[in-house]
Amino acid sequence: MSRDRTVDVLVVGAGPAGSVTAKHAAKNGARTLMIEKRQEIGSPVRCGEGIARAWLDELGIVPDKRWISHQVSGARVISPAGHVVTLTEKMAGNEVGYVIERDNFDRMLAEEAAAAGAEVMVKTSAVEVLRSGGRIAGVRAKHMGQTFDIRAKVVIAADGFESQLGRWAGIDTSLKPSDINVCFEYTLKHVDIDPRYNDFYVGSCAPGGYVWVFIKGPDSANVGIGVQLSKIKPGERGAAKRYLDAFIAKHPNLSKGSPIREVAGAVSCCQPLDSVAADGIMLVGDAARQIDPLTGGGVANSCRAGKVAGEVAARAVSSGDTSKEFFQAYEKGWRAKFEDQMYRNWMAKEKLVTLDDATFDKACEVLAEAELEVVNTLEILRLIQRKYPELIKEFEDLIK
Amino acid sequence: MTRKPAIDRAFCMHCGACVGACPENALSLEEVWIEFLSNCTNCGICARACPSGAIFMEGGK
Repeated sequence: MSRDRTVDVLVVGAGPAGSVTAKHAAKNGARTLMIEKRQEIGSPVRCGEGIARAWLDELGIVPDKRWISHQVSGARVISPAGHVVTLTEKMAGNEVGYVIERDNFDRMLAEEAAAAGAEVMVKTSAVEVLRSGGRIAGVRAKHMGQTFDIRAKVVIAADGFESQLGRWAGIDTSLKPSDINVCFEYTLKHVDIDPRYNDFYVGSCAPGGYVWVFIKGPDSANVGIGVQLSKIKPGERGAAKRYLDAFIAKHPNLSKGSPIREVAGAVSCCQPLDSVAADGIMLVGDAARQIDPLTGGGVANSCRAGKVAGEVAARAVSSGDTSKEFFQAYEKGWRAKFEDQMYRNWMAKEKLVTLDDATFDKACEVLAEAELEVVNTLEILRLIQRKYPELIKEFEDLIK
Repeated sequence: MTRKPAIDRAFCMHCGACVGACPENALSLEEVWIEFLSNCTNCGICARACPSGAIFMEGGK
């Protein structure tokens, strides 16, 4: 018996981007199917689990202790020599906030999609795209050894960092090694930590990235690392894990803990792509490289873009126009929300990855003394310029 | 003989870092295993990207 079928909107991938898109497509009347290749949505986790709070309202997501493990009051940036720059929530403009249980968070979003009327299938992979008259018209899917075709008026590629669907469809999402950070993390139990702050360690402990210590509870933390791929040499096997293990070994407050989970992964840290849609298909989330290139955070952008994509997909279906031109409404929508910030943060990242430990130390020393009122890049650069003008040469074009 | 990527499955954490890093889209993360596809150019970026050290280059010099 053939399992071939037809839907209005097919969402591939049930992470935050996929689930939010599916929810809003279904809510707006489109017959929506979301497929997920894993057998369990949300697992295994691939995330540092720190999110800001400010954007949740925009999405109508109500904070719930089922997926919030801890709330912090600020963040600290720590230089190689131990200079600490403290950013309170007020200063950071609501950009700090929750440490989440990402698996529960993803399942909550998938449940919302299902509650809005989207159908969900797990353990179901997309193995190729289907075309019809030059446009994307669905995917060939596989479920427990059976192969079948799912035809759709709109395909949503929310297949994460791998971003295969978009590339099969001819949208270039390939990344330069300098725009990829490779990650490894542990959830550590029985560690000594300050539960008020999420910590970011910068410098040669994590070349081109940082080590994070995100608080999950009074004695547990998500401790992880991102390392810029271009800084990993051929033959350096398992670099991300080795850098992280070396960092933890040097911090007795962390090395005393026990890992209850290990996670590997990678994130894009690139400029906004020129185009994330084609006839019949829109890319959302990591698949569309919508990650914040400075922090590597992607949950907020994925959800915000997903809402726009879901609404545009439903409108495209009801209007009978699922062309790339119609999908410009999605392009405009997500770009209005965070394209400028992505670009600015990519510029900042490109500078930061060039700094050596001595420079990080000097910069953090100045900022630690300054007692910042607000976090403002320009103000930060001016403060550093006053004491160490030579450090700011690289950034002069940003100050002007 | 060319050096080409190989995988020690005992180290693999099925995270897909190699898949997204591959410029040729020549790897695939099946549910819990990685497949190398025929369009692999043996560039070795997957071995550098693998966070857990599962992928390495073997053969040749």
